[in-house]
Formats: sequence, C-alpha cells, structure tokens
Amino acid sequence: MRRSSRPQVAIVDYGMGNLFSVKHACAYAGMEASTTSTAQELLAADAVILPGVGAFGDAMAMLARRDLVSVLRDIAASGKPLLGICLGLQLLMRESSEFGRHDGLGIIDGDVVRLEGGRDHGRAAKVPQVGWNRIHRRGAQAWTGSLLDGVPEDAYMYFVHSFYVRPVDPGLVVATTRYGPAEFCSGLRQGNVCAVQFHPERSGPDGLTIYRNLAARLPASIPEVQHA
Amino acid sequence: MTIRMIARLDIKGPNLVKGIHLEGLRVLGTPEQFAKAYYEQGADELLYMDVVASLYGRNSLLDIVARTSREIFIPLTVGGGLRTLEDIQQALRAGADKVALNTAAIRNPTLVQDATTRFGSSTIVVSIEAIRKPDGHYEAYTDNGREPTGVDAFAWARQAAELGAGELLITSIDREGTGEGFDLELTRRIAEAVPIPVIACGGAGTAQHVADVIVHGKADAVCMASLLHYHLIKQDGKKRRAGLEAEGNLEYLKSRRGFSKIQGTSFPAIKAFLGTQGMICRQPAGETVHA
Repeated sequence: MRRSSRPQVAIVDYGMGNLFSVKHACAYAGMEASTTSTAQELLAADAVILPGVGAFGDAMAMLARRDLVSVLRDIAASGKPLLGICLGLQLLMRESSEFGRHDGLGIIDGDVVRLEGGRDHGRAAKVPQVGWNRIHRRGAQAWTGSLLDGVPEDAYMYFVHSFYVRPVDPGLVVATTRYGPAEFCSGLRQGNVCAVQFHPERSGPDGLTIYRNLAARLPASIPEVQHA
Repeated sequence: MTIRMIARLDIKGPNLVKGIHLEGLRVLGTPEQFAKAYYEQGADELLYMDVVASLYGRNSLLDIVARTSREIFIPLTVGGGLRTLEDIQQALRAGADKVALNTAAIRNPTLVQDATTRFGSSTIVVSIEAIRKPDGHYEAYTDNGREPTGVDAFAWARQAAELGAGELLITSIDREGTGEGFDLELTRRIAEAVPIPVIACGGAGTAQHVADVIVHGKADAVCMASLLHYHLIKQDGKKRRAGLEAEGNLEYLKSRRGFSKIQGTSFPAIKAFLGTQGMICRQPAGETVHA
C-alpha cells in the first residue's frame, strides 16, 4: 500500500558506503526513498539506486550474502530504471581486476581497471582521485533523453575513486572524464540502466539535475481514494 | 587536478565561532546559515569542526550535521571529539561524508587503520595541528591546539598516510585566525612527503595567500574561514545577528568592528583570482542554485 503519491525509490543497502546523502538527494528531487536490502522491496520500487564506496570484491560478497545478485540482474532486465553510482557503476560490469579478478553483476559487458596517476595540468594526479572534475559529452551523442539531460556540457562533478569502467560497446558511453593520462567513461547508459562514476548527490545543483531527471521519468503513483 | 576550496566552520554548541590560534572564540552566527551561503557561492566542500568537543565531550554537532546534509549537496567533513568507530559511524549516519580525526588518532594510531578498514580510506581525514618550534621542527598538538604531544608533525603525517588515511588536514596553529598567510613550509614538507591529498588550513587573509599555498605549499585543497566569514557578515550582518542563538562571546558581533589583516572575500572572487593565476578550480554552472 502506498501512502505517498511521490515515486518510490529503493536504495540498495548492502553495508558499503554512506547512503544518507543519496537518500537526501532523492527527497530533495521529490522522490520517496528508502534504504533496503530485501529483494521484495527492491522489486516493489519504481526505481532502484545501487550506490557504494569501497572494494569491489567485498561489495560483490555482500550482495551475494543478501541474495541480491540475481535480483539486481532481474531488475536490470525488467526495464525498471536502475541508477548505479560510483562503485555501483563498477559492480554492473562483467569483471574487475581490483585486488585480483572478481566477477561483477555482468549487466554490462566490460571490465573495471585501475586509474593511473601521473601529471595533470602540471600537478601530480594522485590516486584515488578525490575532487571535482569535468564530464564531457561523448561524440555527437546528446544528453537529451538521458539522466544527464539539462546538465551543462563539461560540468564539474565530485569524484572519489581509484578504478574506472571500460564498456566493450563504446556506444554505451554517454560521458567521459580526463584524469592524468586517462580519459575514462564517467557515465553510461544501456536502456533502463544508467550509471555514473561520480557522486551526483555531492555534486551541487548540476548533480541534483540527475536526481530530478530520474524523478521525472517515474510514474507518480495515484493517491488512494479516501473513503468516508 | 582541480584545487578544492573548502569552507571551514568552527562550531561551539549551536553557534559558528572563530578564534585566533584556535583560541578566544567569537560567535559569528548559526553554522547552517553560513553553510548554505557558501554552498550557493560555489564552495567545493564544507568542514565542520566541533572546537570544544575534545574538551567537554560534547557533540551537539550531529544535529547541525543532519540539518545541513538535507539541503547542501557537496561533501561534508566532520571533526572534533570523535574517539571511536561508533563515534565515526554516528557522524556518517548524521550525513557526514568524511570524518577528521586528531586527538584520538594521535593517542591511538590504530584507530586510523581500523577506521579506514571499516569505512574506506576516502572517508578518513587525519587532522594535524602543528606549532613551529624555535629549532625549526613542528610539533603536533591535540585538543584543538591546547595539548602538546611531543610528536613530530612530519613523522606523524607519514605514519597517518601509511595507516591508510585518505587525506591530511594540516593546520598551522601559529597562523590560524591571524590572516597573515599559510605556513608554506609546513604544508609543502608534508605534501611532498605523502602520496595522499593535503588540505592546507590556517592563515588565509587574502586570495593571494590561497594562491601561495597552492603554488609554494603544494596544497591539493585549501581551507578558509575568517576571510569568508567576515565578508559574509559584512554583507549580511543584520540578518545573521538576528538569527544567532546567544551562547558565548557576542562582543565582536555587537561591536561591528572590522578585522584589519583579513581582506574579506567570497568563493567566486577567490576562484576568479586563482583562474587568472593559471590554477584550475571548479566553476559552478551559471544556473542559480535552487533553494
């Protein structure tokens, strides 16, 4: 039973990272967000957000322990909006080479590799990358219709990461970011699945645009008729 | 590499305060109001430091953190009086993205390792508050600059990085609140000795000081307080005076005096100045911030 007419978003809570800022950003964008680790609540929601900070292998183990691996694959296949953030983006991939080889969720074909440091505009590019960096539009593909709709080109977003994703199909990449010697995929889209390497809930007004776009694409459920 | 510009808000009870050498605290207003103003100006991060928690074990900070994190969507670091993994967990649950550890970490360096293992390196900032000694070495202090430890600041910085800290917050107590500029040697020697980002804190009085600590101090991020606070108060004094809750030393606000060494300025002005010096900062989009 829905008590609210606002879209319901389930944030996957598997013990990795701070979910509170994600929840607050959802509320700010007009969504009703709850953190959950049960398949039932994930399946009942209008949209699912897979956040996360930490190590890839640990995260997959935590998802497996909660029996969420196949549930997340089913959600991705169901057409329901699924937003991956940071480690949540990396987990969507087939595999990662972080501290040994690990299988990912395999929702997107491709892998996860380590960011290399080096020099960046004459300064040391340290790893992890902690801070603000630009996201660039990929080729001629416009952001219209994606969750980046309305975000200014080359906008600054907040990143905290040591690894990045390499989708096999370059057509899935919607945004790229340059750091040190690398230009990596910072945003991708595969149908109903969208994912970003940065933290939109910590990226100021431009980041919040992504949450607003997610809210706009969800059906506001109809309030129950009040019987006298 | 984008240089991060951070607003530091020292908190005592419900109030934003500011001292000199971390002492003689003046009440300036409510932290949430200043935080919101800095977010709207284009601050890259916020740092809340509970300046009396280490002394009295008080942590009213969490309520302020919770209120702030509902309407401010940039990274928020919280420090002051966090002693255990449970304290850190509480700060994160209230909405902090990172925590800054000083007193408890220096007494028990294992805490840094335990905290980074449990919450991830990127969540743990080690705060080092140092005083330059006549022989040129730097000693780390705890309890917000009140207690000497005998620990060498550079050795402790290297150890903290090895224990897994994600960033170091380096405060010069000598310069803190003076507006005389950062301690460039302190910042540079630590930045060159560790592979993790270094945040410079203490002494910013002008935009040129900020540029100096980036170029000569090799800082990856810069913390500012007085030069932002006094500018905001000047711009918007009456409104803020009306909003503050009476606790502590209100004499400064009532007197309406200026603060001579500090040339008050704002995030857009500082970032524009750094841009003219060839430094890269995040320039927020032209859109207005939705309140």
